[in-house]
Amino acid sequence: MSCLQTIQDYALRSIGIGERLLPRSDFTLCQQFTLIGSGMIWNIYFAVLALLIGFFIASAVAVGKNAGPAWIRKPCEWFIFIFRGSPLFIQFFFAYFIFLSIKKAGYMPWLTSAQAGALVVLILNTAAYSGEIFYGALRAVPRGDVEAADAYGISGWPRFRRILWPTMMRLGWPAYTNEAIFLFHATTLVFFSAFPTLGQRGDALYYASYFADKTFNPFIPYPILAGYFILFSLLIIGLFGLINRHLNRHLPQESRRGLRIRPNLMR
Amino acid sequence: MFDFCTDPDTLGTFQWFACYLTTGKHMGMYWSVLTVLVLLAITAPAALLFGFFGARAARSRILPLSWLGKGYIAITRGVPDIAFFMFFVIALDQMFEYARHKIKCPDWTEPVRQGNDFIVCTQAKLPLGNSPQWVHETYGFFLAVLTFAIVFGAFTANVLYGAMRAVPRAQMETAEAYGMSRRQAFWRVLVPQMWVYAIPGLGNLWMILIKATPLLFLLGVEDIVYWAKDLGETKHARFTDYPHGDWRIWYFLALLVFYLAFTWVSEKFIARLTRRLSHGQATLGGDAQRKATA
Repeated sequence: MSCLQTIQDYALRSIGIGERLLPRSDFTLCQQFTLIGSGMIWNIYFAVLALLIGFFIASAVAVGKNAGPAWIRKPCEWFIFIFRGSPLFIQFFFAYFIFLSIKKAGYMPWLTSAQAGALVVLILNTAAYSGEIFYGALRAVPRGDVEAADAYGISGWPRFRRILWPTMMRLGWPAYTNEAIFLFHATTLVFFSAFPTLGQRGDALYYASYFADKTFNPFIPYPILAGYFILFSLLIIGLFGLINRHLNRHLPQESRRGLRIRPNLMR
Repeated sequence: MFDFCTDPDTLGTFQWFACYLTTGKHMGMYWSVLTVLVLLAITAPAALLFGFFGARAARSRILPLSWLGKGYIAITRGVPDIAFFMFFVIALDQMFEYARHKIKCPDWTEPVRQGNDFIVCTQAKLPLGNSPQWVHETYGFFLAVLTFAIVFGAFTANVLYGAMRAVPRAQMETAEAYGMSRRQAFWRVLVPQMWVYAIPGLGNLWMILIKATPLLFLLGVEDIVYWAKDLGETKHARFTDYPHGDWRIWYFLALLVFYLAFTWVSEKFIARLTRRLSHGQATLGGDAQRKATA
């Protein structure tokens, strides 16, 4: 079977299009590349959606944690503490069993699927981590900026929208870039927690470990997986670097801060 | 456990739970908490050691050694950590077996990799096929610890490498001015001072390490996740004296609380340690302490 044929059969295997049966013997390099790459679709799906939605929740949580009244501040603090203080792996398990009991009660059965349920957990998780980052950035907004806004009579929502929020983004962005990479890596946990893999439609790590189990040779699938992840991590760094340039474009050239990529490694 | 546990069906709620939570299997779960703590107790110093040598290698003036150290540090970036965990457990196992195979069966002619199989001679198997169950479990645990130490060693090396570079250059120059050799300057000036810069990073790593312990489950060790899944499942009266429905949600809630408490205590402890180490240092924290006492 030619490589082109393999790509046709397996490139979209992880979302259920193409050949139904996974290869069982005589694994070729092409099959491993194609299937693991096909699994990346899910990693990208989880990462992109979680980051997009989590970003807005994170902003809200950061502002909430900085708020005066305790009835807003405390829930935000607890939200951040719970999601940052416990392992993501346990969160997946716990959430899955909650969703299971909700399903038994007759509501929202779709939440027990990985595509929806795990996404919810990832959204909340990244919201907590980025919320803490944005909170730190919000606290670091120079006092002069706020005083200037007051002097111009800008207050309330416009002050937040036009003064605080852009500065908060600018200050928090390098750390947020790390968080994005870190979340992208965390997506590999989804199919190894409680969430079921229907019809062997898994993510990249799922297929990599499938090959490693079948061939007893970890030295081929895992480096392929690593290659894919390094590639996409570089893509994230590039993309977020562009946004960083945009956020810093009004600053004098030498005081612009480049991105320092120091991923937080694991949650 | 208690003498009133002989007939669980007749018990009141409180006593039922007292008996239920002290069954043999639950004792297994409590032991597995100890497994986690043992893992942490072994891995943390081991990772520190790996990290220390990694950072020293990265700083080395010998170019290949420095590449090796930097390469080791670089594996922390770009690739998801569980991929490393799953990779190293198989890779280390095969490496050990292959090494023993080469030593114990030198006249074995067939290749080790035959198609999809990894075949070594019987004497080289790890653990040996006829060894008791606990040897298998210990070997599995040992592999897991080694894997954790390698991966977290890389993270630690990254932190220590940064900390070593953060020690003010003037300190090292002073050491040179006093005629210390490179080795003396390293051990007497750099190492004692680097900790204050390393503590925030190491503290972070400790939290990450705590939160990584459930991954033991993926490495095939019977840890608390395994027991929570096992004990929480629906139990029918036919198989057990303590039938109950699907309680996994409660077991995992307990795990969640366990980890939250653990990280919370650690956070407090690290904050205290930072205060202690900042004492008398030429950093912002140290200055603040001096001003407070003056």
